[in-house]
Amino acid sequence: MRRLWIGLTVAVFGLLLVVPVVRIAMGAFGDGWQGFANGLARPETLHALYLTGLIVVIVTLVNTLFGVMLSLYLVRATWLGRRLKQLLNSVVDLPFAVSPVIGGFMIVLLLGPETALGSLLGRAGINVVYALPGMIIATLFVTFPLIVREVMPVLQEIGSAQEEAASTLGANAWTTFWRVTWPSIRWSVVYGVVLTVARALGEFGAVLVVSGNILFRTQTATTLVYQDVENFNLIAANSIALVLAAGSVTLLLLMEWAKSRREVH
Amino acid sequence: MHIEVRGLNKKFGDFQAVADVSFEIEKGQLIGLLGPSGGGKTSILRMLAGLESADAGEILFHGKRVNDLPPQERGIGFVFQNYALFKHMTVADNIAFGLEVKKWPKAKIKERVAELVELTGLTGFEKRFPHQLSGGQRQRVAFARALAPEPQLLLLDEPFAAIDAKIRHELRSWLREMIDRLGITSIFVTHDQDEAIEVADQIMIINKGSLEQKGTPWEIYKNPQSPFVASFIGESTILEDASVLRGFGNASEWPGTKALIRPEYVEVGKSSDFELLSATEKGIVRHVHFRGSEWLVEVEIGAAKLVTYRSLEKDILHPGDEVQVLVHRAYLFNDNDSWVMENRLKEDPMPVHI
Repeated sequence: MRRLWIGLTVAVFGLLLVVPVVRIAMGAFGDGWQGFANGLARPETLHALYLTGLIVVIVTLVNTLFGVMLSLYLVRATWLGRRLKQLLNSVVDLPFAVSPVIGGFMIVLLLGPETALGSLLGRAGINVVYALPGMIIATLFVTFPLIVREVMPVLQEIGSAQEEAASTLGANAWTTFWRVTWPSIRWSVVYGVVLTVARALGEFGAVLVVSGNILFRTQTATTLVYQDVENFNLIAANSIALVLAAGSVTLLLLMEWAKSRREVH
Repeated sequence: MHIEVRGLNKKFGDFQAVADVSFEIEKGQLIGLLGPSGGGKTSILRMLAGLESADAGEILFHGKRVNDLPPQERGIGFVFQNYALFKHMTVADNIAFGLEVKKWPKAKIKERVAELVELTGLTGFEKRFPHQLSGGQRQRVAFARALAPEPQLLLLDEPFAAIDAKIRHELRSWLREMIDRLGITSIFVTHDQDEAIEVADQIMIINKGSLEQKGTPWEIYKNPQSPFVASFIGESTILEDASVLRGFGNASEWPGTKALIRPEYVEVGKSSDFELLSATEKGIVRHVHFRGSEWLVEVEIGAAKLVTYRSLEKDILHPGDEVQVLVHRAYLFNDNDSWVMENRLKEDPMPVHI
């Protein structure tokens, strides 16, 4: 009986995780190495990968900075009322609760070219929707809770006594953060960053809605895979998917390492 | 540092944590803030440190108002209840932190850290991390770290609460010695009366946010100025009506007055043990508890139950034994007033004049 359950568990995991990855790898190399290289070397692939990379870098930087700051305020600030803190705390989880497609749709409704705000920005020469800024905002929205949710519990756990001790010893807020708070939270931040990068790499729904998936302009790696599948260009689709999957696996290994470091400290 | 506090108030929401507290502390004294948990002692300490802001009142260091100064600029050292050591730094780095922040030259920092490591008996542990130390060692690191920048006032929040009883005794006398040697004004918070009595020059009794009494341990013990202080110091029994006791018959002249009787006020023994038998009365031993260094005896006189200590050198009493009981004095109090009353019969009723 026990063997049956173990076997079943292994089978389910295999079917869900291992088989698709193997299938993607096989698909990518269906025409041999050449097919894989051709799929990746296409100018639209390079552009899409570049755009995905750019979005990942910007989103990670912005979310790291503001995620850590929001965590600090939500846990430490005494000038925020308790009610307001609770409200903000639950708002942080909104992107988890809302489907990314709906998140993207909200941005279109708010900043699309037909809206008041969108046309105002458009007249100033800034296109948000169907352009890079919209895609960045959409990805920011989807990945925002990840760092906050990693850092906040750690801040709560370490408490404010060490920071107070630093202040009675004469350290200002900046010194206290870098010398006392940061060493305690850095591995959680790394963990949150890894999650953010992985999520930003793979984001599809919100970006698809906001970008309009315009070739050479707003097409990301994931939306290109989607288009290649639509066009029965399966080898190219598999090749890009394999690159994305390889990126994610690397990140996962990195995450395991960060996790083990976090437990040490 | 000379410290003066006037009309200090602090509220947390609807809870009045500190209510109109005023006091003055001379330079170089060691003060114990004593009171039950949640009585506002720690809040007073944190306001002195600048970690909490006062709602009303003034805090003066050296006659200068410091209410608006942040903790960084008050020149204080603070030892936290759970030490709050920087857990990712070694012992030496912890101690050096305050000096590095103040941009002392490297050579001087090294010298000062070595000095403090030696002073606190942590030699050989400089490279250890806090989690590799025992409770007592951590306490001493916290102490050294607070002292490193040469503060003029040292604040200690329940410094021995997290340490087991035996080491606590050692650390207490160590701290007393250290503070005497450095001559630094210090205030510590505790809920342990033995600790306060043993270590402090002066005790301030804090209850429900108010300062009940300030004085030397002996003054507070001998002359409690409020029922709370009388009942908080020592183990005492409260009697609804003291006039039932022999020698306190006139206590009934003040209706509604209760009596507080400490174990040390009561003596038990055989009739031959007392010179003035007329001042004693009969009681029955109800319970006897062994307290390590003495007996705690519960004795019943009519309806009144009293407790007292008895030396281990004397005959062992047993429950049910009949004994003579002498009550030396009682602390009487009512809603308006409180005073100490001596046993009237202890004065020889028939003095022989020659």
